[in-house]
Amino acid sequence: MSASALLMLVVTEVAVTAFTLYFFWKVLTVPPKPEPDSFEDNDEVER
Amino acid sequence: MSIKQKENWGSRLGLILAMAGSAVGLGNFLRFPAQAVQNGGGAFIIPYLTCFVLMGIPLLYVEWAMGRHGGKSGQHSTPFIFGSMGKGFYWKYLGVFGIFTNLAVAAYYCYLESWTMSWAYHSAAGHFMGKTQAEVSAFFNSYIGLGTPEPVVFWLLCLLLNTWILSRGLKGGVELASKIGMPLLLLFGVVLAVRGVTLTAGVNGAVYDGVVGLNHLWQPDFSSIWNPVVWRNAAGQIFFTLSLGMGSIQCYASYVRPKDDIALNAMSAGWMNEFVEVVLGSAVIIPIAVGYLGVDKVVEMTKGGSGFGIGFMTLPYLFAQWGPVLSALSGMMWFGLLFFAGITSSLAMGTPCMGFMEDNFNWGRTKAAWAFGFAVLLLGIPCVLSQEAFGEFDYWVGTISLVIFAIAEIILFAWVFGMEKGWEEITRGADIAVPAAFKHIIKYVTPLFLLVVFIGSLPEIWATLTKPITPQVLAARLLLAGLFAAISGLVYAANKKKVAL
Repeated sequence: MSASALLMLVVTEVAVTAFTLYFFWKVLTVPPKPEPDSFEDNDEVER
Repeated sequence: MSIKQKENWGSRLGLILAMAGSAVGLGNFLRFPAQAVQNGGGAFIIPYLTCFVLMGIPLLYVEWAMGRHGGKSGQHSTPFIFGSMGKGFYWKYLGVFGIFTNLAVAAYYCYLESWTMSWAYHSAAGHFMGKTQAEVSAFFNSYIGLGTPEPVVFWLLCLLLNTWILSRGLKGGVELASKIGMPLLLLFGVVLAVRGVTLTAGVNGAVYDGVVGLNHLWQPDFSSIWNPVVWRNAAGQIFFTLSLGMGSIQCYASYVRPKDDIALNAMSAGWMNEFVEVVLGSAVIIPIAVGYLGVDKVVEMTKGGSGFGIGFMTLPYLFAQWGPVLSALSGMMWFGLLFFAGITSSLAMGTPCMGFMEDNFNWGRTKAAWAFGFAVLLLGIPCVLSQEAFGEFDYWVGTISLVIFAIAEIILFAWVFGMEKGWEEITRGADIAVPAAFKHIIKYVTPLFLLVVFIGSLPEIWATLTKPITPQVLAARLLLAGLFAAISGLVYAANKKKVAL
């Protein structure tokens, strides 16, 4: 591979993979929010 | 007063996989590499990622925020989500695009999806073994020319499968399908990408190393970034790949609870799509095709910018060079991957249409799912019978109406609903800090960007409208206009019902 093609590939793929893994890791590690404690906040049941 | 149990996502991971599945489609593996080859190679990534940051990410935030906002008032489709954000009656009718686009795209997309199902079957059964490249191409042409009843059988099977999954609801249908389909898609994508990149000249009939194809795709031609057409193609690819301007993101997000995060979810699903497209999508068809056919032939084959020819006519022939077992496995993985990419997208097209009928006409989920399946069947008939009608649907709905809808939604969100309230919607419950720059980008840069893209395509739209047309093209246009009018009529009826209450 030419140096310029390799550079474009590595920079782009490392950046895209890093952002993907970072956001996915955040999703998996952020603690879940507590359940809503009032009826108005509870979106499970609709009148 | 009746108490209606409302659907929600079963888990956050399920929501993200469904949203990413909605975005990851056939275009990630076929269209993106072909676009990169035709628009400056590695340099294409510069306009592409610029469009992702200035148009893709802002529209993801806007569509997720609009959806969650609409869900608070029990609306899961764009006509009344738009209606809850703007006072003018016309917003509801601009929101019609969010139903219209999904129905009309599903009409031809499910047919495409059925091709992948059929090709997976033929690969598994070894039907491509021993065929020359010309014979595989002839098989494809006979297939789309309806030389046998097989395409119709696979199309009906595909429609039935979509309808059945949709009728099982959000958690037990769409979410479950995404939890199975997305990991398999990633697994197949990684295996094929490794195979593509490690293809060695002289082994199994390959003429060049797979790396030669990778080099060709990533070799930057920096002069291309001064070409406005390259920018328009990059913007089009971002629209296409993220499923923006369709109304399906709003629908999925409307099932998120009002205080739950959308900012991190939007980024996670959006970047997952980019990973599949840029990292995996660039490492399969071009390296394998160049390995056997050489650079010049592949450049010629990607001229239309779609990659469909290579995907359906060339790869089965190339896989057949790898021996019966590896050929069957690779074919099943490639077309299985495309099938999972397709079905997770078509399910996302059904959900807003079903949500509209459930919210406004008290339809049950099963009835709404079957009505969607039936509507797609009727609308799909012209696309199955005529390639010209197929092309009309793809042009007017899959290209033009997406941009019109996106312009309407960003103006509504940033200028009518108001950026202060809009920003509060985006950041409420956010699990990440959303960069403040996006407040200004959403208000000024993205609308301007979209307007430039739309104005830039006006000459082409005019040329399309004024060129002589065939009866099939006229019928397709009338059908699309009739569909838009019919959905507008339903919105009118639903609105009248709401006012009467």
